Amino acid sequence: MTIEFNNVYVKSVSAVAGHDEKEGTFGKLYDKTYDDYYANEKTFEQAEIKMIEDASDIALKKASYKMDDINFIIGSDLLNQITANAYSSVKFKRPFLGVYNACASLCEEFIIASSMLQNKEVNNALLNISSHNMTAERQYRNPVEYGCPKPLRSTFTVTGAASCVLTKEKTDIKVTNATVGTPTDMGITDPYDMGSVMAPSAAEVLFSHLKNTNTKPEDYDLILTGDLGVYGKQILIEYFKSAYGINIEGNLEDSSSIIYDRKKQTKVNAGGSGPCCLALVFYTDILNRMKKGELKKVLLIATGALMSPTMNNQKLSIPSVSHAVCLEAIK
Amino acid sequence: MNKESYKKLTSKIIPKENKVKNGIISFFVGGLIGLIGQIMVSVLENNFDLAHKDATSIMIVILIFIASLLTAIGFFDNLVSKAKAGLIVPITGFAHAMTSSMLDYKKEGFVTGIGANAFKLTGSVILYGVVSAYIFGTIRYLFFGG
Repeated sequence: MTIEFNNVYVKSVSAVAGHDEKEGTFGKLYDKTYDDYYANEKTFEQAEIKMIEDASDIALKKASYKMDDINFIIGSDLLNQITANAYSSVKFKRPFLGVYNACASLCEEFIIASSMLQNKEVNNALLNISSHNMTAERQYRNPVEYGCPKPLRSTFTVTGAASCVLTKEKTDIKVTNATVGTPTDMGITDPYDMGSVMAPSAAEVLFSHLKNTNTKPEDYDLILTGDLGVYGKQILIEYFKSAYGINIEGNLEDSSSIIYDRKKQTKVNAGGSGPCCLALVFYTDILNRMKKGELKKVLLIATGALMSPTMNNQKLSIPSVSHAVCLEAIK
Repeated sequence: MNKESYKKLTSKIIPKENKVKNGIISFFVGGLIGLIGQIMVSVLENNFDLAHKDATSIMIVILIFIASLLTAIGFFDNLVSKAKAGLIVPITGFAHAMTSSMLDYKKEGFVTGIGANAFKLTGSVILYGVVSAYIFGTIRYLFFGG
């Protein structure tokens, strides 16, 4: 399903990140970075809440908005009960929607907010997204101090938060259309191999977006996937070739593969992951390049592995869903 | 594309772990822990005038203490990720798993946090350790005269 938008624009964005991201490729571009996982808070979860608050404040400041000017907030993170965003939204005192599609949440937020902006009464929305390496490890894998050796195919959850203010007021970045993806399940059960889990759903949504909008991969200056990792990106290219007979290698990039300096930061293995991964790359480097005019039309594909440790222990395979959002730089 | 051909496609791209290298590292690190343990036992027996059985128990306690302390200080996890099974299989791995679980939940209180989660990773080791000790103890008692 593809939806067209005619009146949705990106007013401002912000990105705050942890110290591993600071040492990564886009370290200098983040609005704020933290020296440790605690961000001066008592626990990792509270640090994630703090990061969301900081990111929101910065985005609002850039848009010269006050929190009361915001019509509604959409928030998403990886934790049970969408805890980090739920707790930060209490302090914001604005209408709040919590959404969850794992790492596909960024595009899900864009789709929901853009659709709601079609209403006369709604003028703007604040999109918050966050992930924290330690809170995710605790919830999905092992205790954080447990030194379980990680395989080469594993990815490293990004620590950070990012906010975006969408408005009806015209700016230089427009949200043009979006495709809601259909979940896929190719029978992968390995919780370390998220690239293999997510590549088919990324292919599914990319193909239906191209078909529905009658475009070719070359029509986009950049197709930016979320967190496939270096091997997942290869799998997506190969899978797309064999399933649909189209080569997308030319203008495909994967945020997960470029967010860290993988040669120096060997602990990240195949790259970054988490809903914030795509946001940290898109809101910094890619959006800057769009504003400069280097990139005109960018297709974001947020890839989500709908992993549940419970179902994984019950030996069921991991489903995946991805959503696509197209943004254009306009004058 | 069906699931089988997709699996073939992914297995071509996903890198294989270097099992030989990991095995060699684990072999030597595990052996080193064994050697350290043996030296401790000899020192305890010869210099502190302890019986062999007591010296072994004290050696185990010392290894557990060191592994827990290093976990609490925060760098045992880095050692394990380099030394792989060499540090996980010996008693140091058990101590590390328990301490890391307790550290993880200390902010959630003594009972609901540390107490409830201390055996999160090691619970199965204890459970099946006791069960297999029972089974093999019974076999030994019945067939080999205790």
